Order: sequence, then structure tokens, then C-alpha cells
Amino acid sequence: MTHLLEINNLDVKFDTDEGRITAIDNVSLTLDQGKVLGIVGESGSGKSVTAKSIMQLNPGNTIYNENAEILIDEENVLKFTSKNDLKKIRGGKVSMIFQEPMASFAPAIKIGYQMVEQLMIHKPMDKKEAKNISIDMLNRVGIADAEKRFNQYAFELSGGMRQRAMIAMALSTMPKLLLADEPTTALDVTIQAQVINLMKDIIKEYNMGVIFITHDLGVIAQVADDVAVMYLGSVVEQGPVNEILKNPMHPYTKGLINALPDINNLDAPLTPIPGNIPSPLDRPSGCVFRTRCPHASKEGKEGNIKMGLVEIKPGHWLDKCGVDCGKT
Amino acid sequence: MSENIVSVNNLSVSFDYQENFLSKKQKIKAVNNINIKIKKGSFFGLVGESGSGKTTLGRAILGANKISTGNVIFHDDGRDFDLTTINSKEMKEYRKKAQLIFQDPYAALSPRMTVRDIIAEPLEVMKITNSREETDARVRDIAAKCRLNLEHLRRFPHAFSGGQRQRISIARALVSNPKFIVADESVAALDVSIQADILNLLKQLQNELNLTYLFISHDLSVVAHVCDIVAVMYLGHIVEMAPSRELFSNPRHPYTKALLSSIPSIDPENKSRAIELQGEIPSAMNPPSGCVFRTRCPHASKDGKEANIEMGLVEVTPGHWVDRCGVNCA
Ligand SMILES: Nc1ncnc2c1ncn2[C@@H]1O[C@H](COP(=O)(O)OP(=O)(O)OP(=O)(O)O)[C@@H](O)[C@H]1O
Ligand SMILES: Nc1ncnc2c1ncn2[C@@H]1O[C@H](COP(=O)(O)OP(=O)(O)OP(=O)(O)O)[C@@H](O)[C@H]1O
Ligand code: SF4
Ligand code: SF4
Ligand SMILES: [Mg+2]
Ligand SMILES: [Mg+2]
Repeated sequence: MTHLLEINNLDVKFDTDEGRITAIDNVSLTLDQGKVLGIVGESGSGKSVTAKSIMQLNPGNTIYNENAEILIDEENVLKFTSKNDLKKIRGGKVSMIFQEPMASFAPAIKIGYQMVEQLMIHKPMDKKEAKNISIDMLNRVGIADAEKRFNQYAFELSGGMRQRAMIAMALSTMPKLLLADEPTTALDVTIQAQVINLMKDIIKEYNMGVIFITHDLGVIAQVADDVAVMYLGSVVEQGPVNEILKNPMHPYTKGLINALPDINNLDAPLTPIPGNIPSPLDRPSGCVFRTRCPHASKEGKEGNIKMGLVEIKPGHWLDKCGVDCGKT
Repeated sequence: MSENIVSVNNLSVSFDYQENFLSKKQKIKAVNNINIKIKKGSFFGLVGESGSGKTTLGRAILGANKISTGNVIFHDDGRDFDLTTINSKEMKEYRKKAQLIFQDPYAALSPRMTVRDIIAEPLEVMKITNSREETDARVRDIAAKCRLNLEHLRRFPHAFSGGQRQRISIARALVSNPKFIVADESVAALDVSIQADILNLLKQLQNELNLTYLFISHDLSVVAHVCDIVAVMYLGHIVEMAPSRELFSNPRHPYTKALLSSIPSIDPENKSRAIELQGEIPSAMNPPSGCVFRTRCPHASKDGKEANIEMGLVEVTPGHWVDRCGVNCA
């Protein structure tokens, strides 16, 4: 069976004044139609860069490796050069909900106008139809008085309204692949639940594939089929959401779950993972987590273990070094 | 000792809405007749529906939104700043005392400035320090308190992760030695581990520097852990307010109950026991009369008597305030 999306051996580096930053190191992922793949992980671990690579939205200082592949319907996006090819992905087959809603609406143009434009670029329809679809989508994401909000500027909406307007815009084009980067962080939990239900319905109805990036493990538990855990540019653990959340094996995944504030125990202290994230300018050799890992063996600490995922149970993949050196 | 640092009295903030330049102006009442007192040294939480007016309230307290009616008073050791009548000279003073930590550590930091310059900027703009040495000393001091590595001060923000950038924005907000901080979704963009780290830092600084926070967040578990007192907003109104533990263990208002029941569980098999709110979310442009929650409240009476209730908080047990209508009709 072919996958909707297949990422193979992706490295992404950025050239900066201070040197070359490794943002993604040898990441491989697959996603099928109708499925939701959650990505969680440390701030700066490369979640947004992964999504932007799929859309070819990384800036000019980006360097991809020669043998990397990002296949959408078996076509390698990384080899796309012409405008027409890129048009197929951006907003056509693929839509992205950006982490920062303010950045995706032009400040001086009413949000409705931007939604209508988007739609008309990608689907043959007239203005009136595009307006009706847009207002309907605004309604469905729980924006009251949608006709009026349609005529407002992004800065006039609350943070959560902006985010919902962006979700409405991304869903209105009915993409095959939806990249949702922290789509519900600015929403209160009741509206979050409503938006998640809406997204689930639409995913089902149109058989979309979704990459859902969030640091909210509760949201991941509710929406994702599979989850990939990233740390400093590498996927360290991956598998069905149930398995990963109930039976985490990698020390980083365990630390993440342990850091969740427990609403049923307000006396428990908040427990971050000790130590600081290394700068991407000096990424540790070997296991990227070794500088903070409570279980690192001597060999692991010295950075001599090579990373790579191993299937420890059907569907549950764990970084090889986690298997080798994480015995406790 | 429980003096207040901020008193918000019958505060309303409205914005104009105009469909096009020919049509008639309408009002959006973003904040509607709000009364709160924030105690010195407290961690005051503000939660509630998206679009309910939390940011607007926070900005009004900082003097960044104009006040339509009512007033906001900042009490600073015997000196009061009245934000309704404040002039530009007093405003300069006030900015040193009350600061905002931005939500987005990526957008808030200029990519062309070094971390040192970013943190130093408020000192220079407000002309707080007199020499470069003094500025450097203040920057180093606050950077160390925020656990930023001093050798990082020469770097540009892109070399930092989200958590480190958030610490940079916190250092920037704290460098002028403010007494009051509005943190609007300041940890929302961070993964749970860094979030825990930053929250511990804010708590620690609260004690060390005797800071007061207004902490706006959608993450109820976080609010439950860090805040002393929590107010819940819905459509421009505060519908409930109580000490954290009391609020989370004994919520009274139907909206608060719905909110607490909707926290997504990390157990994928536990597909929510959430109280689902029915009905359209009403609009701030055209809010329901009487109890603003009545169009979605599971307990609203059939004859709709709530439409005639005037809203207002009532103290049901010491320190626990709930909207009068919630008391009458739930
Ligand atoms: N244009 C760029 N130039 C240089 N470095 C960059 C650029 N874009 C991203 N990076 C770096 O790449 C790394 C990965 O960033 P990315 O935005 O993917 O993180 P993330 O996992 O989405 O984090 P967060 O949860 O904080 O959003 C970070 O170290 C970041 O500083
Ligand atoms: N500058 C503005 N011009 C017009 N309307 C505004 C402006 N700022 C806020 N509003 C309106 O005021 C209401 C309250 O917005 P506010 O941003 O305070 O909500 P919030 O509680 O912070 O929501 P969120 O949780 O989504 O950030 C909304 O209806 C919003 O559209
Ligand atoms: S390999 Fe060693 S250092 Fe790396 S995560 Fe596993 S146990 Fe920790
Ligand atoms: S007054 Fe009635 S409608 Fe309003 S919150 Fe209370 S129970 Fe619900
Ligand atoms: Mg990101
Ligand atoms: Mg807000």
C-alpha cells in the first residue's frame, strides 16, 4: 500500500551567522489517509520545521540532504522547483494551520477577504459561493456572528478567535493532507473540544491525513492514532497513541509525561526534566538526550552510541540507544 | 498582610464595530462591569472562554486599552495611579511598575538584537540607568536570576529554544524591577517540561522579588497549580471567583463546571465525561440579556426567568464569589 505521506531520512540544516544549525536529523515518518499522526516534543525539537519542509516553506538559508525524500502521493516534494508543482501542494493538496495565527493573516486586510481569496485560488468558484463557504466554516468553528467577524481585521479578534479563523480557512479548501501546528493552544477547553470534534468529523468525511503538532498530551490522547516524540531534531519514540502514553519507554517520553501538572494532586511539585537543552549549534554526538538522561550508561554518556529506531513491539518504535543503554 | 495592589472597579471596555464606513457604529462590550481586587504578592489566575475579555482586562490594567466606564487603580506604597485619568508623565512612571510578558517568545524578540540588548532595551527606553556599566550590571543580575547563561548574552535569539526565549522575555519584563506582571498565555507555547521549569521560576521570583501576577491561561491544570485565586470569565463578565483549591474542588457556576469537566484526559480510552455545552456561542456584539450564560446553560429554567436577572457576584462562602444568577437558578 502506498502512503499519503512518506518522509524518508530527512535532514534539515540552517546556515546562520554563528554556524550551521541542525534542526532535523534523519527523520522518517509515514501517514495514511484518514489518520492523525501526533507530533510532540521539546520546544525547538524541529516539529514546525518538519511541517514547513513538507510545504517547502523553510527560508533561503535551509539545506536539505541529497537522499532525503518527502513523498506526497509518491511525488517527491523536495524535487519540486516550478511554481506549478509548488501550487499543487500549498493550499491545494496540503493546507497548514500555523503556530502563530497573527503571522498568517495580513494585518491590513479583513479576514473574510483573505479567506475568500484562498478558496478561489484553489477551487473554481465565484465570490459569493466562496463567501458562503467561509462564513459557514467560521460558524462551524464556533465563531458567533460570523458575518460580522468576516468583516474584521485580525487584530480585532481575540487570540482564540484568530486561531479558529485560521482553522476555518485551512479546512475550507478541503486538503488531502492537513498540517496543524499547535492548532488549539489558544482555545479554552470547551471550545477546544468542539473544534477537535469538528476536525475529526471533517477528517473522516474527506478522508484527510493529518499531522497534529501539539505539546498538550491530553489533546494528543483524544485526537491522534499514532504519535511521534521528538527531541532535538530526532524522533526518539513512535507508535500507537495508546501504547506510547500508557507504556512510554524512552527516558525523554517518560520525563515529558512526568512533567504534566496533575490536576488531581495540587500538592505535587511541578517536575521539569532536569538540565538544559543543548544549543542546536552544539548538538551532542551519539544519543541526543544523553546530557540530560538519568539512565545514561558510561558508554552512552561518552556519546558513542549511534541513534536509530528499533521496533520493540509491533508498531512501537524506540530509539536504539534507549534500548541499549537505558536499562534500569 | 493583604493589601491590594490593583483595584478594578465597575470596569467596562467597549470597542466600535462598523461593517463599512456607511453603516452605523455598533459597540462590542469586551469587558462588562468588572470588579476585582488583586492582593499584593498573589498569583491571580484568569481563565475563561475564548473572546470573553481576558486580554482586554489585562491590557486595561496596564493602561494599554482605553477604559470606557469605571476605573482601575494601582496602589504603589501609598501612591495611587488612577488609570482612567493618568497623564503621560505618570504613565512613564507606571510602565516601570507594571509589565507584560508576551505569549509568543518568537515574535516578541527582535532577531537583529543580541540577547543583552533585548533585555537592556526597557532600561534604556525608560532611562532607568545612567551608564552602560550600570545597565550591564542590571542585565547580568536579572539574567542570572532567570537562569540564563551569561555567555548567551552576546548571542542572537534564533540560537535559543522556545523555553530559553521565554526566559529572555521574562528577564526583559523584569529588568525594570516591576511590581506587577501580566502574563498572558506566557507558557502556552512551551512543552510541558519547559513549562514546569518556567512556572517554578515565576513562583520563585514571586517570593524573591515580592511580585504580583495576573496570570491569564487556558491551561486549567497549570492554573490550579500556580494560582492562589482564580476568576472565571464568560462573555465580558466574571461569573465565579474563589481561592484555587476551593474553585477546583467545589465549582458552583454551571460554566465553571462545564469548563473543568472538559479538560482532556491523557488516557486515550477515557473519552471525556465532558459536560457538552449546547447551543451557539453567543456574540459579544449581541450578548443575551440577563444571565449571559443562559443560552447554553444546562440548568436554565424553561420559562427563561434568567433573562431578567441582573448579573453580579455574591459571596457564597468566605472568599468564594459566584454570579448571583448561578446561585438563584442552578
Ligand atoms: N530559519 C531558521 N534559521 C535558523 N534556525 C532556525 C530557523 N528555523 C528554525 N530554526 C531552529 O531550528 C530548530 C527547530 O525549530 P522548530 O521551530 O521546528 O521547533 P519546534 O519543535 O516547532 O518548537 P516549538 O515547540 O517551540 O514551536 C530550533 O533550534 C530553531 O531555533
Ligand atoms: N482592538 C480591538 N478592536 C475591536 N474589538 C476587539 C479588540 N480587541 C478585542 N476585541 C474584542 O473584544 C472581545 C474580547 O477579546 P479578548 O481578546 O479580550 O478576549 P480573550 O478573553 O483574551 O480571548 P482569547 O482567550 O481568545 O485570547 C472579543 O469579542 C474581541 O473581538
Ligand atoms: S541512550 Fe542512554 S542516554 Fe540516550 S536516552 Fe537512552 S538511556 Fe538515555
Ligand atoms: S442563572 Fe440560570 S442560566 Fe444563568 S448560569 Fe445560573 S443556572 Fe444557568
Ligand atoms: Mg513550533
Ligand atoms: Mg487573549
